[in-house]
Amino acid sequence: MNSGDTAWVLTATALVLLMTIPGLAFFYGGLVRRKNVLSILMQCFVIVCVISLQWVLFGYSLAFGPSFHGIIGNLDWMGLAGVGAAPSADYGTTIPHYAFMSFQAMFAIITPALMIGAFAERMKFSAFLVFIILWSTFVYDPLAHWVWNKDGWLLAMGALDFAGGIVVHVSSGISALVLAILLGKRIGYNHKPIRPHNLPFTVLGGALLWFGWFGFNAGSSLAADGLAAQAMVATQVATAAAALTWMLVEWWHNGSPTVLGAVTGAIGGLVAITPACGFVSPISAIVIGAMAGGLCYLAVAVIKGKLGYDDSLDAFGVHGIGGIFGTIAVGIFAQEAFGGKTGLLFGNFQQLLVQGLLVLVAMAFAAAMTFILYKIVDAIIGMRVEEENELVGLDLTQQSEAAYTVIE
Amino acid sequence: MKLIIAIIQPHKLEAVKRELEAVDVNLMTVTNVLGQGRQKGITEIYRGAKEAGGLINKVRLDIAVNESFVEPAITAINKGARTGSLGDGKIFVIDLQECIRISSGERGGTAIG
Repeated sequence: MNSGDTAWVLTATALVLLMTIPGLAFFYGGLVRRKNVLSILMQCFVIVCVISLQWVLFGYSLAFGPSFHGIIGNLDWMGLAGVGAAPSADYGTTIPHYAFMSFQAMFAIITPALMIGAFAERMKFSAFLVFIILWSTFVYDPLAHWVWNKDGWLLAMGALDFAGGIVVHVSSGISALVLAILLGKRIGYNHKPIRPHNLPFTVLGGALLWFGWFGFNAGSSLAADGLAAQAMVATQVATAAAALTWMLVEWWHNGSPTVLGAVTGAIGGLVAITPACGFVSPISAIVIGAMAGGLCYLAVAVIKGKLGYDDSLDAFGVHGIGGIFGTIAVGIFAQEAFGGKTGLLFGNFQQLLVQGLLVLVAMAFAAAMTFILYKIVDAIIGMRVEEENELVGLDLTQQSEAAYTVIE
Repeated sequence: MKLIIAIIQPHKLEAVKRELEAVDVNLMTVTNVLGQGRQKGITEIYRGAKEAGGLINKVRLDIAVNESFVEPAITAINKGARTGSLGDGKIFVIDLQECIRISSGERGGTAIG
């Protein structure tokens, strides 16, 4: 056991929690209308509570427990049986198994929370609760198993996902798109403007996401070592490049450099560098970030409007597109000297194929499962709030609270 | 008695206030309001999507005055708020039936100033 590694992973765990609450909560919370801000904060907060328990009770065992043919973990580690203060033989071997389990719990928490962006302002809270538990159990846990369990079948094929481009971002991003399409557009979408109610919240939340992401990416080294530092550098420069790219493209395309654009671009860069930060050079990270900023802009500002789905806060446009691109980018930019793997640019075409397959498998699996789970919950509870409730707002109709008072 | 309602640019409030005080009109109620005029609102951009028809921030002044103060007040508001371009705002003048000072119970012209 190494005390430096342990201290860093414990710290990184807290940093990743910070990404969901308050980071993502305020990032999304500022983007909705004032009548729905509490529903977003509530959904983020409750996901933290629900998935923390799901993870300890059985989720961790499904994802990281002893594998059934590389497909799913068995229930040997249910309720953390056999998981203790001593290091695991396979995961984070220099830190307590508890520390690894807690660090992974934060990933399991933020992933479903990212999808809130797609169904914001129109999902029933009760249906949301049930759906999130099912989604974590039947989408996140298996995918994490395939990619990160030592016996996972995708890992065995040589798939690379350093900190969760596939497991976290592609899975939530694709599921978000499916949810946005199934749930339908918000009332009035395309007919009247739906404006963010508090962009300073969004910038604050976005900045906290960036801050917490150092735990997410550099923490995924699971040690206080050179690889963690490399991941940190890659994370910083990719994010900066992505934010600037979005800002410049938007300036050229629309005439104004917007702060929402800069912060959205930054998140796109963070997403794209997530799978890659342990495998690429700092210069490659800048290129990945810049391309991610441009691609996410294209997806959100151009393609979304043409296709006409209402991904309210662009969970797919940022996390789906950024995650797909970042995962592919590993197969292109991976470099022996920066993590021991080689991609297309440095002579290994095979890796690109594996990464492409990884993306396709994750997309197909997440989309199909999300479709099935949606139909089940919709049939039993009903996913969408009634029209009147949507118009009044989710804060008053789902939570019986109002975020802001007008008169004391 | 007249009630003057002036809709002006928010950044002109201080100038208008100064001009009104110069002609001894010191009492007013000020509120933040939203509106649109001939320019049909403003266009905002969110993640590359242009949202037209946004209402514009304005400031509204409600000023109750006796007859002799009506023209000086209008002149003062014009002087403080005018830039000569679209969006400078409007002034409405309406008859005021009654005015009551709550603290003393005074009514009519003496209650106004």
